[in-house]
Amino acid sequence: MAEPIVRISHLNSWYGRGKDRKQVLRDVSLELAPGQALGVVGESGSGKSTLAKCVLGMVADITGTLEVNSPRPQMVFQDPYGSLNPAKTVGWILEEPLRAAGVRDRGSRRSRVLDFLPLVGLEKEHLGRRPAQLSGGQRQRVAIAAALIQGSKLIVLDEPVSALDVTLQAQILRLLADLKERLGLSYLFISHDLAVVYQLCSRVAVMTGGEIVEEGDADQIYDHPKHPYTKKLLDASLALD
Amino acid sequence: MKRKNWYLTIGAVLTAFMLAFTALGLFWTPFEPSAMSAPDRNAPPSAAHPFGCDAYGRDVLSRTLEGAGSTLTIALAVLAVGAACGLAVGALCGYYGGPADALVMRLCDTVAAFPSVLLALVVLALTGPGKYNVIGALGVLFIPSFARLVRGEYLKYRDRDFVRSARLMGVGDLRIIFVHILPNIWPTLLSGLTIGFNNAVLAEASMSYLGIGVTPTEPSLGYMLKDAQGSLFTLPWCTAFPAAAVIALILGVSLVGEGIRDRMGAAS
Repeated sequence: MAEPIVRISHLNSWYGRGKDRKQVLRDVSLELAPGQALGVVGESGSGKSTLAKCVLGMVADITGTLEVNSPRPQMVFQDPYGSLNPAKTVGWILEEPLRAAGVRDRGSRRSRVLDFLPLVGLEKEHLGRRPAQLSGGQRQRVAIAAALIQGSKLIVLDEPVSALDVTLQAQILRLLADLKERLGLSYLFISHDLAVVYQLCSRVAVMTGGEIVEEGDADQIYDHPKHPYTKKLLDASLALD
Repeated sequence: MKRKNWYLTIGAVLTAFMLAFTALGLFWTPFEPSAMSAPDRNAPPSAAHPFGCDAYGRDVLSRTLEGAGSTLTIALAVLAVGAACGLAVGALCGYYGGPADALVMRLCDTVAAFPSVLLALVVLALTGPGKYNVIGALGVLFIPSFARLVRGEYLKYRDRDFVRSARLMGVGDLRIIFVHILPNIWPTLLSGLTIGFNNAVLAEASMSYLGIGVTPTEPSLGYMLKDAQGSLFTLPWCTAFPAAAVIALILGVSLVGEGIRDRMGAAS
């Protein structure tokens, strides 16, 4: 088996300091193999977003082992209204990660961006627009392109389709699955919706109260949930469909 | 339907007129502004002297033209000092936060707790009058209000997802502050600048009026008002025209500011 791209074992994490210091993650152990999509499912407050932040190196107060074997993992946020700079054009937003990565030459940045557009289903004419002039789906495509354009192999997806309506959800999930195959990406997919996770992920971890209560193949969990909390989540997402 | 933005239109016209008037005064005045002419003493407005003459026979139009120039220059310089320093201080405090932010903000509170003209008086009592001292003293006193305004905006933006995303991509803090966030707060800053401009014009006028601003050799509008207050009723043209110039300048810029705020409100 290949070296895992993310290896977490016995990870604990805290929020706040002094008297207000609260434990958010309790003894979390996970592995994400290269090319795999791992779904982390739970309700808000379950610790799933904190887990994502830990992987991205945004949480300092941790104990345990946290190995991320991929340079500069990126994140796709839930709300593409907030994750794209409203004052900038799409072209600028897509060039900026390349600028940050040290691509000085404007021409080569431009051509990288142009090469990337068809991958995420955007057109050249979108480059001059600002986020407010795009639809929700287009905005999320821009956000995905911006997260991928530096060439990062590990992508954290934080509820990437929750702000979109159902038909767009399916489109974006298909796009994500397609990009994963083409570019050899690994996903850590954070969601409250087991049904959405099931469409993209081969493995699923279910979290509640900062702990992982069940982990396994997506099919297994979807068809034969063991933990009562998983059953509850599954009922909730099926009831919505 | 888009509502016509009258504030912006009227304000822009008025401001453009005052800017043209001031610019004219920098290059040309009908008479030498400080030249006295005995026969024209106390002359009311006429064809030769449209704004009349003062008690020394000096042409009020020429003096208003020159005075508007020095008032505007000083106000803009004060604004530049206050806004540039306020932006830097407010941006760094708002973005980084922490104990340094708390300390700097308390310092700003302390400065802001005193009336700025009074503080400027104290500073000028130490440094002596003169154009550059006025600019320096008022400029420093304008920093807290800008710093506070800018800091609030940076507090609002520093945890936005697009800022987090930029950090993940490895964009440096200074670039995030000035390239990523700054364009978003530009409308707020612009409307703060218009208010600041008005305060600067008024502060300069008040200080000259109190006789601690510019020196008599280069009259500002405030200085002219002070000079003519004794003859407010006998020579009303000596106060009316410079006062009208101050009002037009402030009203125009206020309306532009109001128009910008209106537009922002309509956009969001």
